[in-house]
Amino acid sequence: MNHLPLIIKREYLTKVKNKSFIVMTFLSPLIMIALFAVVAYLSQLNNDKERTISILDDTGYLEDVFENTEFTTYTNLNGLSLDDAIALVKEKEDYGLLYIGNASSLNDVSGHVKFYSEESPSLSVISGLERQIEKRLKEKKLELDGVTLTQIEASQTDIEIAQESFDGEKSSKIDNVVKLAFGGAAGYLLFMFIVIYGNMIMRSVIEEKTSRIIEVIISSVKPIQLMMGKIIGTSLAGVTQFVIWVILGGVLLVVVSTIFGIDLTQVQTPQQEMINQAMQADGTQAMAENLITAISNLPLTNLIIAFLFFFIGGYLLYSSLYAAIGAAVDNETDTQQFMLPILMPLILAVYVGVFTVIEDPHGTISTVFSFIPFTSPVVMLMRIPFGVPLWQQALSLLLLLGTFIFAVWFAAKIYRVGILMYGKKPTYKELFKWLKY
Amino acid sequence: MNDLLVANSVSKNFGEFKALNQVSIAVPKGSIFGLLGPNGAGKTTLIRIINQITMPDEGSVLLDGQPLKPEHIRDIGYLPEERGLYKSMKVGEQCLYLAQLKGLSKTEAKSRLKYWFDKLDIGDWWNKKIQELSKGQAQKIQFIVTVLHQPKLLIFDEPFSGFDPINANLIKDEILQLRDEGATVIFSTHRMESVEELCDHIALIHKSNKVLDGKLNDIKRQYKTNTFEVGLESLDREKVISEIQDKFEVLPATFRNLNDDIKLNIKINEQTSPNDLLSFLTSKAQVHHFVEVIPSASDIFIQTVKNNQ
Repeated sequence: MNHLPLIIKREYLTKVKNKSFIVMTFLSPLIMIALFAVVAYLSQLNNDKERTISILDDTGYLEDVFENTEFTTYTNLNGLSLDDAIALVKEKEDYGLLYIGNASSLNDVSGHVKFYSEESPSLSVISGLERQIEKRLKEKKLELDGVTLTQIEASQTDIEIAQESFDGEKSSKIDNVVKLAFGGAAGYLLFMFIVIYGNMIMRSVIEEKTSRIIEVIISSVKPIQLMMGKIIGTSLAGVTQFVIWVILGGVLLVVVSTIFGIDLTQVQTPQQEMINQAMQADGTQAMAENLITAISNLPLTNLIIAFLFFFIGGYLLYSSLYAAIGAAVDNETDTQQFMLPILMPLILAVYVGVFTVIEDPHGTISTVFSFIPFTSPVVMLMRIPFGVPLWQQALSLLLLLGTFIFAVWFAAKIYRVGILMYGKKPTYKELFKWLKY
Repeated sequence: MNDLLVANSVSKNFGEFKALNQVSIAVPKGSIFGLLGPNGAGKTTLIRIINQITMPDEGSVLLDGQPLKPEHIRDIGYLPEERGLYKSMKVGEQCLYLAQLKGLSKTEAKSRLKYWFDKLDIGDWWNKKIQELSKGQAQKIQFIVTVLHQPKLLIFDEPFSGFDPINANLIKDEILQLRDEGATVIFSTHRMESVEELCDHIALIHKSNKVLDGKLNDIKRQYKTNTFEVGLESLDREKVISEIQDKFEVLPATFRNLNDDIKLNIKINEQTSPNDLLSFLTSKAQVHHFVEVIPSASDIFIQTVKNNQ
């Protein structure tokens, strides 16, 4: 008798009708957006703050280096003594005082630059000042050696290497950024999905144990049917929640950013810095165009199909293990010791993805980890935008499938025995013994 | 074909531990079969094997002459000792779900549920959540779910735990009625008085082995010691007692009655009939009390378990 649809339906409806599930579904995007907006607003506030920096230059080399910008005003305090200057800056409540002490020669200046302020100054302000001073000193030194300013300017060259594969496929730096964004998003999504909904499966197995309904149920259905029903039902609930989150989040994002006029691209994240760097070379006009070509350059069909397969494969692999853990223990506090071995490969996969795939998507480490079944879904999803040969994808998927079947067999064994075991916390040794029952 | 369920030399090991050792039982159609044994004897393992929750390592189980197969779960209703319901699910939904898992169609399940809800007078519980019910109330739902698909074989593991005496009686009557309608019942319990009341047949499992089985009356006959409990009135107590002691094996007895009688347990041998004893006694004293001592299920249980230590 096939009860799978019935079980899936019950699991799905119980999850979806659960009050906390509903609340979370609608509240999470709100909280996320609110948080995002606050961060964006604050960082904007920080950048917008107008500050005055006083300059006291005893050498005269750096007099006209500092030009006022939108948010920073520079005032020259030449002629004052250091003590007077400090007192004055304090009184005016300026941001700080940049002091270049008297140096005997140009080479000596670097040792005499100091910044005085009430609070420790922000890193970006200091490094901005440093950059400007370095540039000027370099020019001065070159001038001393007889190079003119025009010559220096003429020597500036901008290089952008045009990339093309042997097959004649053109790409640029922005392509890589887009690939990273897609791969990273896919890998991270899978990671989140496994952690959130794997836990949900585990809890629902534990609930069946604690409410003691399990023996009633498995006198009617095979444990493996119950387990698969739970996994699939919970996943469907998860997909429902995710879709609602994406839609709601998208709508809210648009609404919030228009209402508050917050430019969300102002939020500085490492990825965005990379995008900015990549875009510096192209002007803003070509940017949109490049972005579109970059996206269309992606192996989209491959990406979508691979995403579906690796997502489903990876998710099922991990969730069957979560179900097994749920079956092995009596309450949630006992799950800790078994969670670690599951989380380790998952976290490892994300680290490999973030650190290695970005650096070298086809290097040994990335390639190896994209074959190991426990890390392959995440790592492979991150690699695919960079173009992975089909045979590699197929092999990796095959390995994943094989491991998945093994994991289900393993989990079903644990599940079958575990759901009827009450009262004591099992050890790994006992779990191993259960396999032979 | 008089036995609905036959287990042939069933064995089951859990690692080193032998949970069942060559256990055979035969449950006659239409009987109430008591499956007895101390805690941890292997009863639950046997019941789980019958329900195909675990598979036996050796031996076979036949239901209606056929080896157990997955379709048979429709023919079995099982009320486990460890039982519960989904706490946050509504009573009606939950009953429908569990009934459908047993292979009933939704409409069929609905009409049968209505019948049972009316019968047990709990119609207004349909939309309540299980967590709003008391333990006894939840047990009623559990009972209904067990019998709803009209199985040929009903297995009750401690069915009366959690019920007050009134509801326990109600459930007992329902079990008897189901038996009268043709169902066969396997009944596992520690409460010997309900065994006495309900069971026609019993099997006693102790330390993974079956140590006793058969019709309850036959077993009692085996265990009886031809002892009679008597209460006598006489003016010369010493003389009467010594006269009886000369002829029979005598033990002191305690029981309640109105007079300050001589109370004795008298054991007779195979050749002597109860009538012989009675006429001997009437010739000596006034007989107020004369009862054959029949071992109770509880006595048999304790004695068998002790003998097999």
